[in-house]
Amino acid sequence: MTPTNLHMYALAAPLIGAFAVMVAGRYSRRAVAPIVLGVLSFSFAAALAVFLRVLSGGGFRYVVGNWLAPYGIELSVDHLGSLMQVLVSGVALTASVSAVQSVAADLEDRQHLFFTLYLILIAGLHGLVLTADAFNVYVLLEIASITAYGLIALGRGRAIVSSFNYVIMGSTGACFYLLGIGYLYILTGTLNMADLARIIPTLQSGPALATAFSFCLVGLWIKMAFFPLHVWLPNAYSDMPDGAAVLVAPLMTKVTVYLMIRFMFSIFSPAYEFIQHAGVQHIVVNVAAVGIVCASALALGQKDLRRMLTYVIVAEVGYMVGGVWLANAQGMTGAILHIVNDALMTLCLFLAVSAMASRVGGDLGFEHLRGLFRRMPVTMAALSVAALSMIGVPPTCGFFSKWYLLLGGIQAGQWLYAGALIFSSLVNAVLFFRVIEIAYFRTPDESRNGQGHGTPPAGEAPAMMLQPLVVSAAALIAVGLATGPLVQNVIRFALPGGI
Amino acid sequence: MHAEFSYWPPAAVLISLLGTVPILLSDRRPNLREAWTVLISVGKFVLVASMLPAVLAGGGYRFTVAEVLPGAAIALRVDAMGMYFALVASFLWILTSVYSIGYMRALDEHDQTRYYASFAVAMSATIGVAFSANLLTLYLFYEMLSLSTYPLVTHKQDAEARSAGRKYLTYLLGSSVALTLPAMILIYTLTGTLEFTAGGILAGKADASTVSILLVLLVFGFAKAAVMPLHGWLPAAMVAPTPVSSFLHGVAVVKVGVFSILRMVFFVFGTGLLADLNLGAVLTSLASVTIIGASLVALTQDNLKRRLAYSTIGQLSYMILGAGMLNAAGMAGGLLHLSMHAFGKITLFLCAGAIYVAAHRSNISEMDGLGRRMPVTYAAFFLASLSIIGMPPLGGFLSKWSMVVGAVEGGRLLLVAVILVSSLLNAAYFFPIVYRGFFARAAEGGGQEEIREAPVLCLIPLGVTALFCLVLFLWPTLALELIRRVVSP
Repeated sequence: MTPTNLHMYALAAPLIGAFAVMVAGRYSRRAVAPIVLGVLSFSFAAALAVFLRVLSGGGFRYVVGNWLAPYGIELSVDHLGSLMQVLVSGVALTASVSAVQSVAADLEDRQHLFFTLYLILIAGLHGLVLTADAFNVYVLLEIASITAYGLIALGRGRAIVSSFNYVIMGSTGACFYLLGIGYLYILTGTLNMADLARIIPTLQSGPALATAFSFCLVGLWIKMAFFPLHVWLPNAYSDMPDGAAVLVAPLMTKVTVYLMIRFMFSIFSPAYEFIQHAGVQHIVVNVAAVGIVCASALALGQKDLRRMLTYVIVAEVGYMVGGVWLANAQGMTGAILHIVNDALMTLCLFLAVSAMASRVGGDLGFEHLRGLFRRMPVTMAALSVAALSMIGVPPTCGFFSKWYLLLGGIQAGQWLYAGALIFSSLVNAVLFFRVIEIAYFRTPDESRNGQGHGTPPAGEAPAMMLQPLVVSAAALIAVGLATGPLVQNVIRFALPGGI
Repeated sequence: MHAEFSYWPPAAVLISLLGTVPILLSDRRPNLREAWTVLISVGKFVLVASMLPAVLAGGGYRFTVAEVLPGAAIALRVDAMGMYFALVASFLWILTSVYSIGYMRALDEHDQTRYYASFAVAMSATIGVAFSANLLTLYLFYEMLSLSTYPLVTHKQDAEARSAGRKYLTYLLGSSVALTLPAMILIYTLTGTLEFTAGGILAGKADASTVSILLVLLVFGFAKAAVMPLHGWLPAAMVAPTPVSSFLHGVAVVKVGVFSILRMVFFVFGTGLLADLNLGAVLTSLASVTIIGASLVALTQDNLKRRLAYSTIGQLSYMILGAGMLNAAGMAGGLLHLSMHAFGKITLFLCAGAIYVAAHRSNISEMDGLGRRMPVTYAAFFLASLSIIGMPPLGGFLSKWSMVVGAVEGGRLLLVAVILVSSLLNAAYFFPIVYRGFFARAAEGGGQEEIREAPVLCLIPLGVTALFCLVLFLWPTLALELIRRVVSP
């Protein structure tokens, strides 16, 4: 193990762990948790080490197995990529502590199967954030998506149908992306991002290139549930097992937004998107604004905590896509910051959901949340912190990304987008205070107890679910206070030249 | 102003925030818990007061928590204006803590630990606002105050408390997110900084229309100042226990709103810029409407706490009125009114609470003859109402006098009329309460005979604050000295 390929170990650990869980979990259920937590801790430590190295020495490119580009597999470990790797591995580790507990309860004898998919998904995400090859993006995106389809199908109620919907939509998105990549390959003869970036400005064929660009972009938008291509997300995310939701909800959409940034600035360039096709930018930002408003309004109509959160996720995707397309440094900074912050906020929210579900039962309709403040004060306190971050109250991190996004919106003169951000903050305040109010004021409905599978145990969630929740809530404030250094030392280097 | 780096400002802010830990840990032992509360409140006052000599010597302290945005750190700074407000707030918190013990025990309230803990957090936020070095930090503590007082407003946890809590957050959180935040970003875009600077940061950076928009955004964005029409949350918040109404909704929360607006006027816009653009009139006209409107509504209220709430709404706008005159006498009067009104209004609320504890009455029409049963309470009430009305020899006279002088100097006779009419209205809604208490005959069989004064822990604080209304008339030196440094640095 040398410092130069530590990131490979971070990527390979969950992959190898997946097979180990598959084999060992067959024989002993107790072997699952140590393996999962072990490989993910290792992966997180390695990612942190790589991140520190990049911070001090700058980014680098790495060729897997010494097969040189354009034919070999190239990875790019730069500031943004290694920040994302820390995020992915950190969220995965935190989520898995809770998932180990909740999956043991939900899917008693299928734990090893669940965690096999789970670890492959994490390995796929690691690959996605590092790859420097446009075709590998497709492969890894499918690895991550197909494992996610499987995880969703393990869930409650109509999970199979939701998963099937997602399969159709996700595969459509993948086809779009693949077609786009095909066009690019025909035009340039390469799939390596650096090569593509070098060749694309010299190409003459405008319409073909534009087709390639828009096919890839639409493919990614479907995968990230950018409004109005979001319809698969609410069902899929609210039906999946809580153990999977704590991983998939924070990471999948955010990593796809990251891929969009890579695609737009590592393959194409700001000049291509914002200057040669100047009108597009305005349309995308406005669509994002409409998406934010609509998704927020849809969230208001939900009567179930999980479903409400899924619409909030859709609204947040609009934040990030809009921020990237503002085409200025502030908006871009805000978008990247929001990838990190939103992943942490969503993690905290879904960990809280998971903790509540362990005490309330699977159904988290609002009427089942009554009196939870008294029963689960720590969980509700953490949920409140995440809610404040979603609303954008300093010093939680949500405030600072919103700050940069608003700043970018105002500088770009995109008043609709800026207004949508404010509107969505206000709606978030209504959404979350409605939940907090129900949990704070209403006393539990006595008649419900004794129904179904007996009364759920009183008191707080088990420690294994509470600890990651508290850690993630603390992270929201810590990351908020660290915004200055984060922007100064990491995100500044991630901004593409020319914006 | 030379401000040296120091750990005292964060200590003064954080002591009550960290103090929630021992308060929460002593949940089962009320005596210990309340000992902690009093100890922390005294400690807070001592910490604040220990920084006074440096401020009076023309210096100050600063502390940077984190450089979160370029040009806008989370940072604290102690200057004369912040010190003035922090002194008043932290001193009154001690008395309120003592009063809370008497009040909450006498009524045998539920969830007292949550009550004391939230109170301590709210106090941290209040001092945080006072010592904020820039708009971002002020916004942070401002929001913290809105959120930490929510459990206090909704303490009763019944349907009325729930709807009041909803209204409270809708007004306060809604206005700050929808108005203050955009204004803050606009200021940052225009100037690249959010730092409070004597003389303002906007001069030469923004045109007249932008400045006017910003001014309106900020006056309404800080809805804690309850400028009409964003005043509805304050009467609703009266459903809270009386110590909360007295301290938070008579002093801390509402004055944080006014303090924030005055901070903007003095340190973001700059009085020079506002005078050049003739925007003082925006402040004075908004304030005048609120002063007269709120006083008229107060006349119609039968619930004592609601009447006091409307009185507060009117009195808060005095401070904005004074600042809006943009001359030394007016601004000094507005600032002075901040402390004079604080002592007066807290006394009135504490008396209302004492009446509720002793007689379980909250409507003025049911209070006939109570003054004869509770002479100390009613005497304090009388003194404090005189101070609010602005009669010598009580503190309120000084501030109103100074504002009248400011209005005359500025040649704005209309404002003089506003102040005088409002003072008459104040008298019209206060005197009947005192008159009924002492002279009206109680209804037959009202059970008046058993009513005695409230517990001594309630009486001492309200006696002290009432006396201070008098003391501040005789020795306003410290307040005037601090104000002089703000008005003419």
